[in-house]
Amino acid sequence: MSMDKATVARIATLARIKVPEEELEHLAGELGQILGWVEQLGEVDTADVEPMTGVGGVSLPWRKDEVTDGGYPERILSNAPGAEAGFFTVAKVVE
Amino acid sequence: MATLQGRTGEWEMVIGLEVHAQIVSNAKLFSGASTAFGAEPNSQVSLVDAAMPGMLPVINGYCVEQAVRTGLGLKAEINLVSVFDRKNYFYPDLPQGYQISQYSRPIVGKGKLLIDLPDGAVKEIGITRLHMEQDAGKSLHDQHPTKSYVDLNRSGVALMEIVSEPDLRGPEEATAYVTKLRSILRYLGTCDGNMDQGSLRCDVNLSVRRPGEPFGTRCEIKNVNSIRFIRQAIEYEARRQIEILEDGGTIDQETRLFDASRGETRSMRSKEEAHDYRYFPDPDLLPLELDQSWVDEIKATLPELPDEKKRRFVEDYGVPVYDAGVLVADRETADFFEVVARGRDGRLASNWVIGDLFGLLNKSGLAITESPITAEKLGGLLDLIADNTISGRIAKEVFEAMWETGKSAGDIVEEKGLRQITDTGAIETAIDEVLARESAKVEEYRSGKDKLFGFFVGQVMKATGGKANPKLVNEVLRKKLG
Repeated sequence: MSMDKATVARIATLARIKVPEEELEHLAGELGQILGWVEQLGEVDTADVEPMTGVGGVSLPWRKDEVTDGGYPERILSNAPGAEAGFFTVAKVVE
Repeated sequence: MATLQGRTGEWEMVIGLEVHAQIVSNAKLFSGASTAFGAEPNSQVSLVDAAMPGMLPVINGYCVEQAVRTGLGLKAEINLVSVFDRKNYFYPDLPQGYQISQYSRPIVGKGKLLIDLPDGAVKEIGITRLHMEQDAGKSLHDQHPTKSYVDLNRSGVALMEIVSEPDLRGPEEATAYVTKLRSILRYLGTCDGNMDQGSLRCDVNLSVRRPGEPFGTRCEIKNVNSIRFIRQAIEYEARRQIEILEDGGTIDQETRLFDASRGETRSMRSKEEAHDYRYFPDPDLLPLELDQSWVDEIKATLPELPDEKKRRFVEDYGVPVYDAGVLVADRETADFFEVVARGRDGRLASNWVIGDLFGLLNKSGLAITESPITAEKLGGLLDLIADNTISGRIAKEVFEAMWETGKSAGDIVEEKGLRQITDTGAIETAIDEVLARESAKVEEYRSGKDKLFGFFVGQVMKATGGKANPKLVNEVLRKKLG
């Protein structure tokens, strides 16, 4: 599958990754190659095969409805670039 | 059909609602942090909710049960296999950078909800789906001149997104839908329905068309968080779209924000570019698989829901349909009514609850659960009317004294000596006195002025302090004047 520069630029914007204009061409080629590689799986006919989500027969584990966590705001905020009065602070985002 | 009149003819509104309902649970959907409202900021946040590296979500089984219970209450299909997906977008109150939600395979499929319209008709509204997802944190924009504050206590709380079909045709139907949905959720105990605290939030999808034409282009209005605002937002947005179309313009499909302070909707351009959510199955979570037998067990424990209760009140207690609808809107009111009505005159019980009791409750701003007159005591008052101890008129006086003092009807009747006079002798004496005093009026009556009968009744009631049994007074009086 081929990838164009505009698509790469759009994906970069959605992922909030800054990509300089001169790298778009190169990345488009690399991403296209990766996609092409994965696309080879499409050669296998899976029309009648249920999607497989694991090999161990494991099912989704359930938890009880009990409060077992939280109560440590200082730990939650300890790596925050900005915090005031128990809140995270960020540049103003308002509609 | 509700239509709007424009400059160039009639328009019809087509509305679908997405309701976000917070699930009632102790812990969050994928972590063990508390869901309690109003705690200190960031005090109910686990490392999972803060999206620290390496943390893994583990689903809260009770939240799944609550979603299934809600689906059953909406007479909907329960999907025994459903899948959690990541919905990707960036916002400061979403630390993961994605919301865990359900996209192509929700836990609940098609269902239905009946709404009661003002003219007494019932309309069926289709439910498209119900899926589970995480709530985001909360941003505060008014605490600092240049910064927004973020509290993650709400981050990760379980939500149900309940999506309706575009079956609603105006603000009355839309508000009736939300009111009914909230009532059902409260009966089920799956969402407290508190719109002030944000436990129930609503997005409105609205388009307009000429009656009978295909659907027009719709706009989605976010942030409509009270029943009154739903009405305002719909009325404003429908007018806005009609004006554009009548001026020859076209509607842009877009997300709009309802501004409650101005009562208008406005475009949220910034949301548009982010509208590429790149959903994909969450690799941290296996598909959610349910046993039919487990679903059946939940079904067996469902409470009686408003529609069934309403039908029963009409059939078993003889309550008028409209009144039954009022009584069943809240489970507490319905329970209260039923204690009053059991073994008594259902219609009378309904009149006392909806009329007299609601009147005083509204005046004092009290909920029915806070009523100074308990259901048992109101029942006691009805018993005294039924066995002729007091008349209906005296009952109003007793009722007010019960409200003031919290005492039983029997005690008040004894203390104040309000027991109805049913002794024919005493009534005869009172009548004789009145007739002797008013001999001139008696002459007039006998010479044909029939209307005076009411005057004599009034005088006798006055003479007995309102305690004489009105039926007996009538009988004896008629005989004596005869």
